[in-house]
Amino acid sequence: MSTLTLRTEGDKYVVVTRRFAAPPEAVYRAHTEPKLVQKWLLGPDGWTMPVCICEAKPHGKIRYEWANGKGGDFYLTGEFIELEPYRRIVHVERMHLPDATPDNRIETRFDPDGTGTLMTMRMTLPDVETRTRMLTSGMERGMEASYVRLEGII
Amino acid sequence: MLDLDTTFSALSDPTRRAILGRLALGEQTVMELAQPFDMSQPAISKHLRVLESAGLIARRVEGAKRPCRLAKGGVDAIDQWLAMLRKALAGNYDRLDALLADMKPSKGRRKR
Repeated sequence: MSTLTLRTEGDKYVVVTRRFAAPPEAVYRAHTEPKLVQKWLLGPDGWTMPVCICEAKPHGKIRYEWANGKGGDFYLTGEFIELEPYRRIVHVERMHLPDATPDNRIETRFDPDGTGTLMTMRMTLPDVETRTRMLTSGMERGMEASYVRLEGII
Repeated sequence: MLDLDTTFSALSDPTRRAILGRLALGEQTVMELAQPFDMSQPAISKHLRVLESAGLIARRVEGAKRPCRLAKGGVDAIDQWLAMLRKALAGNYDRLDALLADMKPSKGRRKR
């Protein structure tokens, strides 16, 4: 039902799918209304998004700032390119770690699936250097603790 | 950061290449690695730090020991990154499920 699938497409793209029990309109709104985005787009436990700018219109600005209360703050900026309400969003984004990662163009589709939604997100697979930076910054930002916990479980 | 200069420089030393060869057989502690070499543990540890900062080995904590293993490179590094992405997304979407469930009642109330 709510299983996440994640696969690579060639060596350039990552395609993620996820089903939601709610209709496309609700899932789309949760991706485009700042007050809603702020509640779930948080990453590991313990993080909040004190700043959420999400201007859902062509050329509209995106800026998400995350904080964990331990000085690990970082942010993401981006721009919307195309929006088809309740069906499809195309945007670019980059992480600031603190140097900006290369632009990642992401297409997100929301297709009706029974009474729910099948979401399909297609993004660019970052290059080795960017991946390493993201992995390393993840570690610095307290993800190491969760990996250690995970190893403890295994 | 992984870069070729760091990697090549780490690989330029024969002891370090030998250490990598040993680790290809499986995870080992510093003490186990030091045995076949005529070197002190601190000297081996120094080599391990070079290999670790070049991204060639990884270490985990097990009590007072820090066993070493070969770091995954190339395609495996992509898998590692994808695993991190999956974990982050899975957590986000579980939260989104809860949010979407909360959004439904307000819509119902509007209809009434």
